[in-house]
Amino acid sequence: MCLAIPAKIIKIEGNLAQVDMAGVKREADIRMVKDAKVGEYVLIHAGFAIEKMVKKDAEETLKLFREME
Amino acid sequence: MVKFKENGKKILLAHGSGGRLTHELIKDFVKRFQNPILAKLDDSAVLKVEGRLAFTTDSYVVDPIYFPGGDIGKLAVNGTINDLSMVGARPLYLSASAIIEEGFPIGDLERIVDSMERAARLAKVEIVAGDTKVVEKGGVDKIFINTSGIGVVESGVDISSGNGRVGDRIILSGTIGDHGIAILSARERFDFQTEVKSDSQPLNGIVLEILKVSKKIHVLRDPTRGGLATALNEIAQQSGVGIEIEEEKIPVKEGVRGVCEMLGFDPLYIANEGKLVAFVPEKDSMKVLNAMRKNRCGKNAQIIGSVVKGHKGKVVVRTGVGGERILDMLSGEQLPRIC
Amino acid sequence: MKLIDEFRDGRIAERIVSKIEEFGSSKVNLMEVCGTHTMVIFKYGLKGMLPENINLLSGPGCPVCVTTQEDIDKVIGLVKEEGVIITTFGDMLRVPGTDSSLEQEKGNGADIRIVYSPVEALRTARENRDKRVIFLAVGFETTSPLIAASLLDARRDKVKNFFIFCTHKLIPPAMEALLMSKEVKIDGFICPGHVSVAIGSEAYRFIVKKYGVPCVIGGFEPLDVLQSIFMLLKQIKEKEAEVEIEYFRAVRPEGNKIAQKLISEVFEVTDVEWRGLGVIPQSGLKLRARFSNFDAEREFQPKVGKARRNRECICGEVLRGVKKPVDCTLYARICTPEKPYGPCMVSSEGTCAAYYKYGGL
Repeated sequence: MCLAIPAKIIKIEGNLAQVDMAGVKREADIRMVKDAKVGEYVLIHAGFAIEKMVKKDAEETLKLFREME
Repeated sequence: MVKFKENGKKILLAHGSGGRLTHELIKDFVKRFQNPILAKLDDSAVLKVEGRLAFTTDSYVVDPIYFPGGDIGKLAVNGTINDLSMVGARPLYLSASAIIEEGFPIGDLERIVDSMERAARLAKVEIVAGDTKVVEKGGVDKIFINTSGIGVVESGVDISSGNGRVGDRIILSGTIGDHGIAILSARERFDFQTEVKSDSQPLNGIVLEILKVSKKIHVLRDPTRGGLATALNEIAQQSGVGIEIEEEKIPVKEGVRGVCEMLGFDPLYIANEGKLVAFVPEKDSMKVLNAMRKNRCGKNAQIIGSVVKGHKGKVVVRTGVGGERILDMLSGEQLPRIC
Repeated sequence: MKLIDEFRDGRIAERIVSKIEEFGSSKVNLMEVCGTHTMVIFKYGLKGMLPENINLLSGPGCPVCVTTQEDIDKVIGLVKEEGVIITTFGDMLRVPGTDSSLEQEKGNGADIRIVYSPVEALRTARENRDKRVIFLAVGFETTSPLIAASLLDARRDKVKNFFIFCTHKLIPPAMEALLMSKEVKIDGFICPGHVSVAIGSEAYRFIVKKYGVPCVIGGFEPLDVLQSIFMLLKQIKEKEAEVEIEYFRAVRPEGNKIAQKLISEVFEVTDVEWRGLGVIPQSGLKLRARFSNFDAEREFQPKVGKARRNRECICGEVLRGVKKPVDCTLYARICTPEKPYGPCMVSSEGTCAAYYKYGGL
């Protein structure tokens, strides 16, 4: 548990957002990520955004992996 | 375009009872399909065919009957054409019979028949026999279609699921998962918007091209229900061989991947209706790959693996990250999950 | 695909694995608590890439697997009520109860609908006012905030025909129960990434403090899992016990406060039974009194007989990491994904299912 996928916010209307995941779009409830903005990535689990996924942190994670020498 | 004569806008039980309404319906079908054999309106089509005959039948009960990229009619025609093509036969003649639910709109029937005519014409195959029955409401779900087909297998062609041999290269003609996801997306309660379309298309053209460049094709298979994983497992078992494939080499459209990641599905288990795998001896494999890529149905063709010594009857996948796992057959339906 | 593909890079995987190999050959038992981690390990063939001294144990973090047989039997009882629509995540459909399963009942004509989200379940209630709609609320801390949110919406909109059958459970108490039982020596935990998104890394602080077992919160891509294993081995080598976050692109030490607030507003913690682990104190959720009108058990009072357990099914021991699927007399011969006897075979991330589907090498 648990399947959650990063998706990009393309529109916000109150507590609902339109998110895009590799061309697949759906509505998501964003009440758990109050300061999310259009263009940011959020983790979608069962129709809700459970957290933001910060691109910078993702890049840093990859950098850490790559630095494994 | 030929318009159906209508007696009210819906199919009635009377359309199936053999009387005048039936006769009118049949006449309109015949006009639509426009071939001299059907036009004779005999009880049977009399055909002159020489050589080894391939013969197949399939029924289509897909729900919903319309989906992005096609409909039940197109599916029924292409499906049977493809079954014939998979034994290396040149498809020639099809029959089409429909069992229709009372109350089914004639406009929809018109649309589906048109679609079947178009699919047959594109594939250069003739629909020479047909039947319609009408049943009471609830007897079937809207419309069920059966198509049967005959084709000719040239001498020297011996293509069968039991012919896989160690050393064969496995060539996939294009992206997987398109059809199944398109069907899913057309179901009412699917809350995702996606641009994925069914890949339903006739494969007799590309098979002809493959046979032109190689006389040594061992296996052809279209991975329909159960997806590529199931098809490969069946071939591994029927041929008594082991198969290894590389996940990275398998082309999947972004939109298909997106839906699969969201719902926890595996594209390897999702139905396809316009793709094939070919098992080809190594020395013919590049020729066949190039011939496939030149055809509009094979632009994304890839060599995805090979038949190996060892683990007979089993399919092993080398994953993108470097590990290996067994690829089992589909068991039960794939269901959207939270875990 | 953004933020996913990069974490499946084979060359980086190779590099992490060779760093893991540098830790030598002493045996270590690492437990991946979460069923989704089990799935990833098998799906990508990670076990085969790791040196043999690393023993990966699958833990009880599979919500389907730890649902008791009594609860399944109660749900089957609910299915048989008049004018009821059951809504559920797909995971639950094939779990066997004593006499039946949801899938079988669906085949017998029961109105059972698979939903992707509790939002759909609530919508079903709104669109079918003449029916009573029950949602099977299963899952850990990733999922329970969502159900809490849906219930708040239901209350706000005065939806009177919506109920939940609540079997939500909590992860940290289960981890502690495993350590207390001392059945298996656990040298390190790969903690569930998305549960931790909600509860934060501090929720595991007591494990390192009280039991001295290293914890790394891992993401769900194969590189995340490999990196988490590396981080655990490093801690073990340096004789440390810390809570580290590998999945820091999503997990914060304090977790998601809004999610935590949603849970505490609607639910309260209670003792619940876990299949295979028995009753674990303060390890589950139940509805607070002011939300009791949404409680399906209160509304329907499902009665069940004594659950008859199959004696040969050792799902419990598999869930605790004590036995492996191949140790079970039923495994693969009689118990298969098509005809599962125990929940470990049903859930796509159940240990037995994962072994069966992917592990036959």
